[in-house]
Amino acid sequence: MTTSLADVAASNVTLRAFLHGLPGVDRVGADQRAAMLGTRSIKTTAKAEAIDLAIRMVDLTTLEGADTPGKVRAMCAKAVRPDPGDPTVPKVAAVCVYPDLVAQAVGALGGSGVKVASVATAFPSGRSSLDVKVADTAFAVAAGADEIDMVIDRGAFLAGDYLKVFEEISAIKTACGRAGDRQDAHLKVILETGELSTYDNIRRASWLAMLAGADFIKTSTGKVQPAATPPVTLVMLEAVRDFLAATGRKVGVKPAGGIRTTKDAVKMLVLVNETVGEGWLSPDWFRLGASTLLNDLLMQRQKMATGRYAGPDYFTLD
Amino acid sequence: MFEYAPAPESRDVVDIKPSYGLFIGGEFADGTGTSLKTVNPASEEVLAEVAVASADDVDRAVRAAREAFGTWSAMPGSERAKYLFRIARIIQERSRELAVLETLDNGKPIRESRDVDLPLVAAHFFYYAGWADKLRHAGYGADPRPLGVAGQVIPWNFPLLMLAWKIAPALAAGNTVVLKPAETTPLTALLFAEICRQADLPPGVVNIVTGAGETGAALVNHPDVNKVAFTGSTEVGRLIARSVAGTGKKVTLELGGKAANIVFDDAALDQAVEGIVNGIFFNQGHVCCAGSRLLVQESIAEELLDALKRRLGTLRLGDPLDKNTDIGAINSAAQLAKIRELSDLGEAEGAERWSPVCPLPDKGFWFPPTIFTGVAQSHRIAREEVFGPVLSVLTFRTPAEAVEKANNTPFGLSAGVWTEKGSRILWMADRLRAGVVWANTFNKFDPTSPFGGYKESGYGREGGRHGLEAYLDV
Repeated sequence: MTTSLADVAASNVTLRAFLHGLPGVDRVGADQRAAMLGTRSIKTTAKAEAIDLAIRMVDLTTLEGADTPGKVRAMCAKAVRPDPGDPTVPKVAAVCVYPDLVAQAVGALGGSGVKVASVATAFPSGRSSLDVKVADTAFAVAAGADEIDMVIDRGAFLAGDYLKVFEEISAIKTACGRAGDRQDAHLKVILETGELSTYDNIRRASWLAMLAGADFIKTSTGKVQPAATPPVTLVMLEAVRDFLAATGRKVGVKPAGGIRTTKDAVKMLVLVNETVGEGWLSPDWFRLGASTLLNDLLMQRQKMATGRYAGPDYFTLD
Repeated sequence: MFEYAPAPESRDVVDIKPSYGLFIGGEFADGTGTSLKTVNPASEEVLAEVAVASADDVDRAVRAAREAFGTWSAMPGSERAKYLFRIARIIQERSRELAVLETLDNGKPIRESRDVDLPLVAAHFFYYAGWADKLRHAGYGADPRPLGVAGQVIPWNFPLLMLAWKIAPALAAGNTVVLKPAETTPLTALLFAEICRQADLPPGVVNIVTGAGETGAALVNHPDVNKVAFTGSTEVGRLIARSVAGTGKKVTLELGGKAANIVFDDAALDQAVEGIVNGIFFNQGHVCCAGSRLLVQESIAEELLDALKRRLGTLRLGDPLDKNTDIGAINSAAQLAKIRELSDLGEAEGAERWSPVCPLPDKGFWFPPTIFTGVAQSHRIAREEVFGPVLSVLTFRTPAEAVEKANNTPFGLSAGVWTEKGSRILWMADRLRAGVVWANTFNKFDPTSPFGGYKESGYGREGGRHGLEAYLDV
């Protein structure tokens, strides 16, 4: 990080001054830009490529109170081979589960290349003590999670206590570390944009997370609406673009929640393509958090290949 | 990695005839003069031959309009409204056909003709249809009367939209019209003539005469025309003002512009960049109110220009019918020559020219999006209307200097202000001598909002309640 930004988090005053010094976001203009990019017409070969790329970017997610080892194992099988009838379908990027099911997922996916992501830090509300959040994270990391999807303390952010949010993210980042040669867990920071409400807040929270060490910034938990809207994703993409220019460090983006159709997913890829460029068009830098999206991608993929739609029963539930 | 495959809109929805006559008294008739060819500026393919109306043809059209005026003006407003509503609905129903035809004849991207021009065209007819039976409440007296026959001459940059701006208020107020579309873009006006027939509009209420300058002059100078409405260049506007002086004809002129788009250091930068792009590259810069002068506060000039250049790198220039095209073709060889001439002049005067890497198609008329930096107020590219995708960038230090520079032009059609500070927007709007001041947006149009200029940008207002005044005897 450049020295000029190293001191930004010296105190809540400096942090606040920096975040409030970022250029504002005009809501009307951002909505308009996202809507215009939504009119891009992605057809034929471009659509086929986009579908495969989108599949490779999916974080296949189950975050229910009713999740069981059996459910997670079934989802892992689907993650590795999304369409049992078609081996040319690529694997998804990761599965995303609760911390207590990480071990199941690691066992089911071992060696497949599909990553295991775990939500942590008193997901989804984030309302607990820092100790509990660190312990939650450490538990998931110890169980073998490759990626941690943490939530920020929205209450602290909205109250203007940016330093508290910063320090919490830093502490979780430390908890993502692993001893020895094993890679540290990647940290995705969920902003819960639906609760931050304004685009100015979303830009500030994006910078705050990146300054504190986020490897990815993620829109939403999926438990709050609105979630990953195109303009919110646009604002976050602009933030990672500007952060790279300012610091030389590249951060990924993960819209999650509400992306259900192939059309939604392709619109996201267009946003990436025309906002930050193809440098982000890879699962290393862009993910789609979703549970039902995958089957629609598979259905459209098959339609592209065969010219006809198969019924929903021709695609596996999980 | 993510190349968009071609996504062309189908041409099959339009049926272009090999030749077109004039629309007079509800019938298509051959002209007595020669004919002209209208081409697709993206390919130089000849689309159709179009009649050139002679002075005699114009006279026949004006007489047809005069004859229709009696019944049309005597008709209850609520009845005239029905016709206008019907036209508006047919335009919506046939909007894809109209959009494709507009793009073929004009060169503008289908995304714009489909998403901007056509919705606005229909909206104008709907809006003025609503006024037709409420003229007594428009604030122009207890029973304002129409003027008579309106002679209307429109430009090639928004052929159908300019037609709507002219015809909708004229008809709502009870006038009849003779309209001359531009010689390079007559086709959508002729399709509109067909729509008038489809709507059973009484013959002679709308007459369309095609042709070039001479036809326009014959129309404007016709002694039985009561009202002249012109949108186009300041040069021609001046001729018209001179020729109608002392005749008692009512005139509105909507002429050129050299709008300042003013970006303050506290602006929402990403949206300001979008606004600058939309301000000058929308419709290839063929927009009278285009934000062709970017005035940027010096403290953020470098940052803003970097962002602008990066954004220009993503503009997609090419086949106007491709749904993903952002920048289409320049409308004509003559306009392309003018843009080239002024751009070369900009370089010769010492401004620095920049364009993104942008391969141009081999056939047709094309000009890459272009930025000039280091431009001074005294440069001709900062003074004259280029009417192309060419942006001049100037800097300022204080709000007062921004106002001074923005107003230091013979034109005064529009301006843009970009700041997150509401009080500054109001302060600027009070001081900018421009008919339209956009705040944190640009090139935004709405039928309810009056539009028109100061100084050499013309006089009179189109749109909104104000737009009725030009067609009423007040």
